[in-house]
Amino acid sequence: MTLIKTKYNRRSFLKVSAASTGGLMIGFSWAVSCSPTPGAIEKAPPSDWFDINAFLSIADNGQVTIMSPNPEIGQNVKTSMPMVVAEELDVDWTNVIVKQAGLNTEAFTRQVAGGSQSIRKSWHGLRMAGATAKQMLVNAASQRWNVDPSTLTTAKGTITNANGDQLSYAEVASLAATLEVPVEVTLKDPKDFKIIGTDRGNVDMENIITGKPLFGIDTQREGMQYAVVLRPPAFGMKLKSFQDEAARKVKGVTDVVPFGDKIAVLATSTWAAMKGQKALDAEWQKAGSLEDTDYHDRTMLALLDKKSSEPRRKDGNATAQFKTADKVIERTYEAPFLPHNCLEPMNFFAHVTDENVELYGPIQTPERTRTRVAELLGRDKSEISIGLSRMGGGFGRRLYGDFVLEAAEISGKVKKPIQLLFTREDDMTAGIYRPGSKYKFKAALKEGQMTAYHLVGVGANMRNATRENNWPAATLDHYLVESHSLESNITTGAWRAPITNFLAYAEQSFIDEVAEELGQDPVQFRLGLFKRAKDNPVGKLEYDVDKFVNVIELAAEKSGWGQKQDGIYKGFSAYYSHNTYVAEVAELVLERNKPKVTKMTVAIDCGIVVNPIAAENQAIGGVIDGIGHALFGDFSFVNGQPQAKNFDRYRLIRMKEAPEVNIHFVKSQDDPTGLGEPTLPPAGGAVANAIYAATGKRLYKQPFTKQDVVFG
Amino acid sequence: MALFNLHINGEQREVDVDPDMPILWVLRDHLKLLGTKYGCGIAQCGACTVHLNGIAVRSCSLPVSSIGDSAITTIEGLSANADHALQEAWRKHDVPQCGYCQAGQIMNAASLLAQNPDPSEQDIENAMNGNICRCCTYNKIKAAIQTAAQNV
Repeated sequence: MTLIKTKYNRRSFLKVSAASTGGLMIGFSWAVSCSPTPGAIEKAPPSDWFDINAFLSIADNGQVTIMSPNPEIGQNVKTSMPMVVAEELDVDWTNVIVKQAGLNTEAFTRQVAGGSQSIRKSWHGLRMAGATAKQMLVNAASQRWNVDPSTLTTAKGTITNANGDQLSYAEVASLAATLEVPVEVTLKDPKDFKIIGTDRGNVDMENIITGKPLFGIDTQREGMQYAVVLRPPAFGMKLKSFQDEAARKVKGVTDVVPFGDKIAVLATSTWAAMKGQKALDAEWQKAGSLEDTDYHDRTMLALLDKKSSEPRRKDGNATAQFKTADKVIERTYEAPFLPHNCLEPMNFFAHVTDENVELYGPIQTPERTRTRVAELLGRDKSEISIGLSRMGGGFGRRLYGDFVLEAAEISGKVKKPIQLLFTREDDMTAGIYRPGSKYKFKAALKEGQMTAYHLVGVGANMRNATRENNWPAATLDHYLVESHSLESNITTGAWRAPITNFLAYAEQSFIDEVAEELGQDPVQFRLGLFKRAKDNPVGKLEYDVDKFVNVIELAAEKSGWGQKQDGIYKGFSAYYSHNTYVAEVAELVLERNKPKVTKMTVAIDCGIVVNPIAAENQAIGGVIDGIGHALFGDFSFVNGQPQAKNFDRYRLIRMKEAPEVNIHFVKSQDDPTGLGEPTLPPAGGAVANAIYAATGKRLYKQPFTKQDVVFG
Repeated sequence: MALFNLHINGEQREVDVDPDMPILWVLRDHLKLLGTKYGCGIAQCGACTVHLNGIAVRSCSLPVSSIGDSAITTIEGLSANADHALQEAWRKHDVPQCGYCQAGQIMNAASLLAQNPDPSEQDIENAMNGNICRCCTYNKIKAAIQTAAQNV
């Protein structure tokens, strides 16, 4: 048990009269909410609810409503974050109803889905919310019995005194809601967890498998118009003029609304709006450079040879070491831009009136987006509400509120409720892409050792294309990392595991090649480098050597690394990102002389695993996503125009290509770290190294399937 | 606009829509059956899968005027009590991540099982390869179909 000071004050605990909230909460709870266990709620509907704090309320029948504050993009926070509250509250999970909170900056902090940080950053707050509420219920019971609270115990929503008498939380909820917030509360010892660490099904499962409206695209409002927008066809183009007669003649089209360099078509159905978009006759003109992929490649390769005036990190003198080395290995790795391709295309609902602005839909950053909408419309933030729908994927794309701003601007012009939808073509061509990037690695080898390491990174609009303090930093006396940026008018941004989604593959492929050159087993070579970081680290050390080594050894053990099997080729990779340690072993076979990935063995240390069944799902998804984009992810520009516009010309991994993935979590009592992203970065490197084992060919560019040396 | 009398989930529904409107948008925008999802509009991702006389089809590429008397089944009409063997298996395996593609996956799998109650792994892969899951829950989808096949 951990005694901890509460940070709550009376204001953060809403005391709400039963009469005023009862009806509202009931309406929510029984009409549109979700229960963790289907069919479990058979109690009579509650007549009174008592809001204990912003996270939860308890009904007079024992039902507990827990608010899930963070946006759900498929990372399972809507299930796993309330699990943490329920654990400390000590209630039966089958009595819990989860409700998605809208943006509420007074009640919640960091309502963001990004950086794999939801659980990590909220862990203490969620536990405190549950523990504080429990203490208030216990204090209420102690008043009822006139005993010291420390003599009482709790379990499954029931308080028991020394005589064995019991009171349910429901019986003391109304009294608890009037009590002072405790100054100190006790958190559970992780070994006493009953909900955390157990498999709990997705709270939205019933809605998902029965097709209930759940996503932003499903939003319906009285009088709502559907909006589809025509945007410039290329980066570097702007609107010159347009004719809308044909668009307005499309049956169902109600309005055509130009704004900026874009034109919105409003209609009574999505189909009519899409037809109207196609019927617009727009003329575009050049407003900036019209960039080609060839230009990006050429310019970035040139930048790799440029010396940086301010290295990202410099330990020792790598440059001098290269001059006296027995051998220098230099390799360059290249990555394309990539669209996110959330399966639910960008969309948002907006209703701008003179009184207020209602926004609803899938957004990973509601708070920042509200600020931008306020600026755009010249409105006070207090007039703007943002409701959060479940999101059909995010992968970083929904960090950017461009589509919310568009929806708000269109609705602001017509003063009607509108639902903006990107067609798939809009979604793929008006992207905020994973920037194209390139990396040049150099290693100095002398007397059987790697004595110096030099990495230069360059990416489109990347302030820093590297992760200079990641491994192998601290393992080498002479270590140099530099970064350059190519300025581009193509919009770029975060894409699942930003930077490391490609850098990890490049680094782990290079390390494999260095190990081979030194005649060492790739796993042993890595472990040897870690020894230096453990015993006598060079410069700043930003990772936990023991945890990193542990996952490497675990993946090696579970995959049978070193054991030869006929026709099966293995590749190793390990990477630390989002505070989580991951090692992966890829296995592949040759089918008609082409590599086919058959199995991935994955070891992960992400601290305490809150919901194992969902954590495993997330981890497997990251691995397959990483493999898919390494194999197939291909995207290019000609004259500023994306060349792939839909899934006929953009290949995503499908079931046939998805390998078996075996996940091994390190058992840990440390606070949880990230999981939405960290399994993706190592996947490409493990596959590339296995391809080398199978074919003797190294791959230096993604997508792999475009490299004729192996796949031709 | 034109009037169409559609058989959807065992009911007759009359709609007055553009004859070239894909059935996807008739379902979603006119009948407010929102479980069928838009993903690509060109029959490449499977998010919009419904049944036409029991066979999986891509509703985004099927004009309403081509439906005639055929019976349409959507995810909302797959089972009366959310108790189709696939829905049970989806719960057991906790398949979804974001969940957006899952209605299409389930409808596609239901059509497979109706025609091939005991599919091999390869049969499943062949049948499901047209359905994209951007979160990559493929392995769980496959396992859930195998579980459902045992319980059909």
